[in-house]
Amino acid sequence: MYAYTDFDDKFLAERNAQFRAQVERRIDGSLTEDEFKPLRLMNGLYLQLHAYMLRVAIPYGTLNSGQMSQLAMIADKWDKGYGHFTTRQNIQYNWPELRDVPDMLDALAEVNMHAIQTSGNTIRNVTADHFAGAAADEIADPRPVAELIRQWSTDHPEFQFLPRKFKVAVSGATHDRAVLKAHDIGLQIVERDGVQGFEVIVGGGLGRTPMIGKVLYDFISAEDLLPTLEAIVSVYNLLGRRDNKYKARIKITVHENGIEDIRARVDARYALIRPQFTGVDQQMLSRIEADFGKPDFVTKSLAPYEAAYTNDPVFRAWADTNLTDHAQAGYAIVSISLKAHGATPGDATSDQMRVMARIAKEFGHDELRISHEQNVILPHVHRADLPALHKLLKEAGLGTANIGLISDIIACPGMDYCALATARSIPIAQEIATRFDDLKLEHDVGPLKIKISGCINACGHHHVGHIGILGLDRAGVENYQITLGGDGTNDAAIGERAGPGFSAEEIIPAIERLVMGYLDLRTDRSETFLETYRRLGLAPFKAALYPEAKADAA
Amino acid sequence: MPKSFQPSVITANALLEGDVVYLNGTDWVRDLSQAEVLSDEADAQLRLIEASARSSEVVGVYLSPVDTSSGIAPTHFREAFRATGPSNYSHGKQERI
Repeated sequence: MYAYTDFDDKFLAERNAQFRAQVERRIDGSLTEDEFKPLRLMNGLYLQLHAYMLRVAIPYGTLNSGQMSQLAMIADKWDKGYGHFTTRQNIQYNWPELRDVPDMLDALAEVNMHAIQTSGNTIRNVTADHFAGAAADEIADPRPVAELIRQWSTDHPEFQFLPRKFKVAVSGATHDRAVLKAHDIGLQIVERDGVQGFEVIVGGGLGRTPMIGKVLYDFISAEDLLPTLEAIVSVYNLLGRRDNKYKARIKITVHENGIEDIRARVDARYALIRPQFTGVDQQMLSRIEADFGKPDFVTKSLAPYEAAYTNDPVFRAWADTNLTDHAQAGYAIVSISLKAHGATPGDATSDQMRVMARIAKEFGHDELRISHEQNVILPHVHRADLPALHKLLKEAGLGTANIGLISDIIACPGMDYCALATARSIPIAQEIATRFDDLKLEHDVGPLKIKISGCINACGHHHVGHIGILGLDRAGVENYQITLGGDGTNDAAIGERAGPGFSAEEIIPAIERLVMGYLDLRTDRSETFLETYRRLGLAPFKAALYPEAKADAA
Repeated sequence: MPKSFQPSVITANALLEGDVVYLNGTDWVRDLSQAEVLSDEADAQLRLIEASARSSEVVGVYLSPVDTSSGIAPTHFREAFRATGPSNYSHGKQERI
């Protein structure tokens, strides 16, 4: 993985020293909050409901065991012994004190990490397929390009005050696990006539006005990537609306002006700036690519795996849900669930972080990933090591076998932490998971993605949940709206609103009716919730959700 | 008829710790039960302006309506969470109760 150069180290040290001085000047009264706020946001520091929150970038979701251990140390020393992994491959600390934040940033810098541009109207942490470099369906590892984009966008002088935040995601696989079509720019590595390039998708996004991204270019060459990105963001920087925060994202710019108009403007801008890209970026990219070589895979007997799979039903259940095929024979991709039934989605204690770091070092070629679904991935594990690994995970409370199932819920922090939230998300996720665990139904229900947001900004991706839940404030009471049929993958779709919302007490029984309705409606076990929804449409699900309306109509 | 003024407390987040504070006289207190309830609108507005000027101590000062029929209780669930802490862990103010 990428190791910082002297230039990176020096840049980060300077930047952290600047922020340390800014914090001191805020505390001694030299800076007002109005002056300080944009400075702290550029360094990932929010002020939330109960405390400050530091959002640390995990670029393209990749980290090694040393970094994971350092995240655990930071959680113990300056927070409350845990961290929250987010839908944008970040980790958030919910309880830092202002004076400690410069020390936290220095501790991050020791392991090549930072919190720069995890907030504010800039290009945010670049995200990628969490199976990058390991997946069997991959054309190319998206991380070198994601790292190039991180370097290009960090402190980019033209793009520090965009109309609004700007999110880029990259995937090199045929299955979209990075929600490309819900990003300001989604980049899909494609191959044409034996040459690798990119499909460029623009103008996707969730939030108040959800939009599926549109194809701006179906193929651009690798050398044209940065000039094209720069042209797109440059056009948006001038054209994007600054008069209305709710219309400021590029999805609205694309929607209002039309994709053809945007393409013409980007083409013109590209023609103007292309000569400035003299190939230095491609030299940098080849240096970066050298850092992302494949691990030294080994060959050994699969007997321990096969024995455990045959004899240990707990291991088998976990292996069936939490493993994904690896490109390398004998290896598997392990998804560690941070969704134990009743736990807060995405939270890991410092002890759990250290266990995951140790396992990664011992069994996983020292690599970990954070998924946008708020789980931790060990991308390269030999199947022979899985029984021993599974035992360690179980002992640490990390052995939950529920990846892709109803309790593997994405939930934003909601009103338990977030100052923008209109309702809580976490308790709803906890209760749904606990309820379906009690019913012992989740393996029977099969693949089902529930995604919960505590406000319209949709950090919990509810629009692309097979079942989406949006928490709102209705006349001073928490109220939850359900959307159905959303999908964040290749056939990306925005969910349809099912009808009137439910109170906090009513929402769990409502989800239960919905899932029971699905079990009655599906042709057989092989038809997933989403497939059944696509076959039958909203009506029968609505009937299951609102039985009283059906009774009234009868 | 103009809407009558709802008794309120002045609240903010502490600059250094970030946690929720309430105004009592000239002191910032950490517990809602110790907050000063302001019942007169003109007085409340004046006190809000004065409190907002204390930017070296607090961030984001505003008036928060309360129900005083039994002690001091928030009228909105958001303020109830601010007064206690998150519901997933016993962190924040509820740790000290």
